[in-house]
Amino acid sequence: MKLIDVRAVAFCAAMLAVFSAGISSASQLDKSSLEQWKTDYVRPGLVPFPEDNPYTVEKADLGKKLFFDPRLSGSNAISCASCHNPAFSWGDGLAKGVGHGSRQLGRRTPTIWNLAWAELLMWDGRFETLEEQALGPMAADVEMAQDMSTIVGELSAIPGYRALFNIAFPDEGITIDTIAKAIATYERTVVTGIAPFDRWVAGDETAIPEEAKRGFALFNSKANCVACHSGWNFTDDSFHDIGLNDDDPGRAAELPGVEKMRHAFKTPTLRNIDLRAPFMHDGSLTDLAAVVRHYNAGGIQRPSLSDDMKPLGLTPAEESYLVAFMETLTSPEEPVSIPLMPR
Amino acid sequence: MLRISLSLLAALGLVVSAIALAATDHTVTEKGKKFSEKKLTIQAGDSITFVNDDNITHNVYSKKVNQFDTGAQKPGASDRIVFKNKGKQKVRCAIHPKMKMTVVVE
Ligand code: HEC
Ligand code: HEC
Ligand SMILES: [Cu+2]
Repeated sequence: MKLIDVRAVAFCAAMLAVFSAGISSASQLDKSSLEQWKTDYVRPGLVPFPEDNPYTVEKADLGKKLFFDPRLSGSNAISCASCHNPAFSWGDGLAKGVGHGSRQLGRRTPTIWNLAWAELLMWDGRFETLEEQALGPMAADVEMAQDMSTIVGELSAIPGYRALFNIAFPDEGITIDTIAKAIATYERTVVTGIAPFDRWVAGDETAIPEEAKRGFALFNSKANCVACHSGWNFTDDSFHDIGLNDDDPGRAAELPGVEKMRHAFKTPTLRNIDLRAPFMHDGSLTDLAAVVRHYNAGGIQRPSLSDDMKPLGLTPAEESYLVAFMETLTSPEEPVSIPLMPR
Repeated sequence: MLRISLSLLAALGLVVSAIALAATDHTVTEKGKKFSEKKLTIQAGDSITFVNDDNITHNVYSKKVNQFDTGAQKPGASDRIVFKNKGKQKVRCAIHPKMKMTVVVE
């Protein structure tokens, strides 16, 4: 073997640690592996913004208004927030999104939490930046069905927007580009807060229950969730087929020549996850217990199935620990205020 | 005299065009889901050979300035890409999007 995956080494070492600590006393958690694993989940201090679209308060405030403004759609009735609704953890609570003319979309609406750290966007990764992505749904017939040749004119006819754009983008005013930049800047400010799990990582032993700590240990060892849901935001930003029963080509639409990209979708964040059922790109799993049962069974065997998907042999108690762990990833959030619309 | 300066000019001309044509081929290896360079500055007309030195399939693509897409790149395979246009572009693996680098073409 030419190369050894660092994570594989860490995982093997972790497994060894678990075994040497004595699997026999399952109630006894190995403190040193827990402390070791915790270091991989420390929250970052700063939100990253790109060089060509740095943060300003004015841009973010304007972006928030645009995100909540239904006048960005062809019918003037659907906003980004109709589907990415803060009351549903920035999703819509539906198995599949519903767009212009109440038409059902092909996939579930993902959350927009923590996208400042994202590499590629959409379930199949077809967009590179939030700026590029923002224009997609406006123009899409099934989503907002906005005629993009008239959007600049429509917004320019609203004096309130003219003033706000002139402050946020003094030399540019209202253009397709500045609309996208403002929305993207606002989206990057949508960051999950401190969850009980974070307080535990920071040293507060009482922050989460014992079952959740066991779930965290399983997450990093026997259950192998960490192979994909890695780091503080619980995603490797990659694409995997986890063996769900549906014929969506996933990332293979972008990469037809790559076997492993068939049925492969972007690994979603697990932050605030218990607020976003039903789960998966097709909304096919109704709750977290069903998700863990799916992983325990190992998914549909097919050539594209990820090499990290194997039947896990978890006991019912272990399944419940994983759910208990995921429930500690939810931060208490202040309700999001809906902005007044420029007239 | 005249003959000398003419041949001198011709020789100079040759040197100048030789410099303009001397496109360099740079090598970037892919190992441990990383490119060997974070940022590479090259001259317009230069090429980069991307070599998959990993034991998993990668891909190399870019959507800006000099667009290209190698498709699936098996372990051991390599692709040579010529960068004609000047500018700054992000280059990534579409399978492992965290594997990325910047190419600056001057
Ligand atoms: C009709 C419902 C709907 C509307 C309206 C909508 N979206 Fe989406 N959004 C979706 C769906 C469904 C997806 C996933 C589609 C896919 O991956 O194929 C998505 C994906 C996204 C993503 C990618 C998330 C990720 O993790 O990769 C972002 C960002 C996003 N939308 C932002 C917006 C913005 C900004 C607007 C308004 C301009 C908007 N959306 C309007 C339903 C909607
Ligand atoms: C091989 C990589 C991989 C492994 C291993 C993995 N996941 Fe996932 N996870 C994904 C991907 C990819 C998705 C989205 C799949 C889809 O929608 O088709 C996902 C989706 C989820 C979701 C639903 C998220 C949402 O917003 O719909 C949850 C919850 C989840 N995983 C938890 C876990 C747990 C718990 C484990 C360990 C038992 C685990 N995952 C192991 C890659 C992985
Ligand atoms: Cu790769």
